[in-house]
Amino acid sequence: METLSALGDGFAVALTWQNLALALLGCFLGTVFGALPGLGPSNGVAILIPLAFTLGLPATPALILLTSVYYGAMYGGRISSILLNIPGDEPALMTTLDGHPMAKQGKAGEALALSGIASFVGAFFATWGLVFLAPQLVKVALLFGPAEYFALFTLAFATLGGIASRNQAKAAFAAALGLGIATIGVDGQTGVPRFAFGEVHLYDGIDFLVAIVGLFALSEVFVFLEHRGTAKEATADSMKIGRVTPPLSMLNKTWGAMSRSTVLGFIAGVLPGAGASLGSFIAYTFEKRYSDRKGTFGKGDPRGVAAPEAGNNSAAGGALVPMLALGVPGSGTTAVLLAMLLALNITPGPLLFQSNPDVVWGLIAALFIGNVMLLAMNIPLVTLFVRVLLVPPKYLMPAVAMISFVGIYGISGSSFDLQVMIIFGVIGWVLRKLDVPLVPVILGVLLGDQMEKNLRRALTISDGDWTVLFASPLAIGLWAFAILGFVAPLIVGRYFRPKIADSTKAEGSDPD
Amino acid sequence: MSDRILGACALLLGAFYIWQATLIERSFLSDPVGPKAFPIIIGTVIVLSAGYFILRPDTEPEWPAIGRLAEIGFAVAIMVGYTIALPEAGFVVSTAVAASFLAWRLGAHAIAAVIAGVVTSVGIYVVFHLVLGLSLARGPWGF
Repeated sequence: METLSALGDGFAVALTWQNLALALLGCFLGTVFGALPGLGPSNGVAILIPLAFTLGLPATPALILLTSVYYGAMYGGRISSILLNIPGDEPALMTTLDGHPMAKQGKAGEALALSGIASFVGAFFATWGLVFLAPQLVKVALLFGPAEYFALFTLAFATLGGIASRNQAKAAFAAALGLGIATIGVDGQTGVPRFAFGEVHLYDGIDFLVAIVGLFALSEVFVFLEHRGTAKEATADSMKIGRVTPPLSMLNKTWGAMSRSTVLGFIAGVLPGAGASLGSFIAYTFEKRYSDRKGTFGKGDPRGVAAPEAGNNSAAGGALVPMLALGVPGSGTTAVLLAMLLALNITPGPLLFQSNPDVVWGLIAALFIGNVMLLAMNIPLVTLFVRVLLVPPKYLMPAVAMISFVGIYGISGSSFDLQVMIIFGVIGWVLRKLDVPLVPVILGVLLGDQMEKNLRRALTISDGDWTVLFASPLAIGLWAFAILGFVAPLIVGRYFRPKIADSTKAEGSDPD
Repeated sequence: MSDRILGACALLLGAFYIWQATLIERSFLSDPVGPKAFPIIIGTVIVLSAGYFILRPDTEPEWPAIGRLAEIGFAVAIMVGYTIALPEAGFVVSTAVAASFLAWRLGAHAIAAVIAGVVTSVGIYVVFHLVLGLSLARGPWGF
């Protein structure tokens, strides 16, 4: 009951004209970002953070804008999957398998409408899951001391490496790289400069926003340059979509798939290290095994459209649970949202629920509102977004690059930061080519400071005794999960992981 | 081979990082761990993973042809030039030039690219500066 009254207060926060307008804008932009191949939730949100920040939006409206973009991108990704057979973003990859065949049979409109409804179902129930699960997790998190937090951060990196990456060593390298970048600058506890090489600009450390926009948004521009001319371009011909309402019989046939996928997606989302992409993958694979008796999956089966869409939207909601309750994001996009919170000087975690309940519950209420807006936008107005696909990337990508520069320049007004951002863009491109995941890098940059602080705090309490890290049962449990999460996929997970990793590589697309 | 090169670079990076970490001065107000320990742990992880890349490299990624690499290098050069020009020439002019170049290199026809560059630049200026009030670089002409 307590939770519901808190949610009611949240609605009071979210239901102002300004917040509603921001949610609407966020949903619209998110759907556009999701629909455009090459732009997805994480780089879409990454580009907007510096802008929201420099525009001086307070915490709650800024978060409402950006999480609306996040949810919107999850909806939008399906559009180009279905019409063009190109996933608009990575989580929409599985939707191409049955969505595009449906479009070829002349049922594009039905596929779009069905996937819109599936997205709504997934996101709606996942938001309820967030409402009830996050406060429970907060209760656990309040028992955490510095040693447990250090173990928790390690757990996040370990599972990210284990579950979401194909090569553990590369994930470990990526995480260490990010943590190393975070140590640049004046040490917060003793005041000595580290790795600054006498360069004044480095004393403040490297701004994580610079790193994020460089790694996610600029590297995308380089990927486009590399593949110029090889990508398929949308033609007006492939945009014929027909009726945009699904027949009731189709809904009747797919509701089972939607509900199963929602549950699976939510679980995948809550687990650290597995974001929406894995959610849609698991949902599709499971649904195929469970209900594909006539071999219709992959040939335009509506259940194959409903399952991954419900799964990825549900995982998107689930991924917010650890981000808000523990301050440990489970996916690329939630890592970017964490960056937003940190930029606003808000530290997520159990204390956030106590000290800023208006932020948390206002955000959750905004998710419900945004979800309804998205359903309205994505069923009757889907034809509007379909036109967005006609904008060729050769005009779009320069604009993306320039908007990235504008955002970062707006924060600091220094050319030095822009140059650092370009370096990150190049590094991001090289790492992508070498199949080194970018999400652990970002997570390292974001969490490095907290991780070190907790380590040193724990050891200060124990007066330098390192065994304190394994002293409590809670900490031992977290370490056990960390080791399990890192090692178990080596033994059991190999049979399904390579498939999705390969396709990711082929697309070179937006993480999460 | 690419992974081995990555490994060698990572090994050098890790070693350099650890070496630099040992050079961090100790402050008079120190905690039991000090500012060195955490970086040294991280450096060790980098070195260990570098060793793995060298011993067990993945299959070779598809590198673009030399021409495409040059394209990417060219784009980087444009962007760096842009960051230098920004405070000198102001936002609208530098952005129009940089966006035109990028659009051209991404395959737009030269004239279309210039139009796209100007539209992008003016569009961003109008939306972000005039409507939203974001401060952009001012050149000698005030825009």
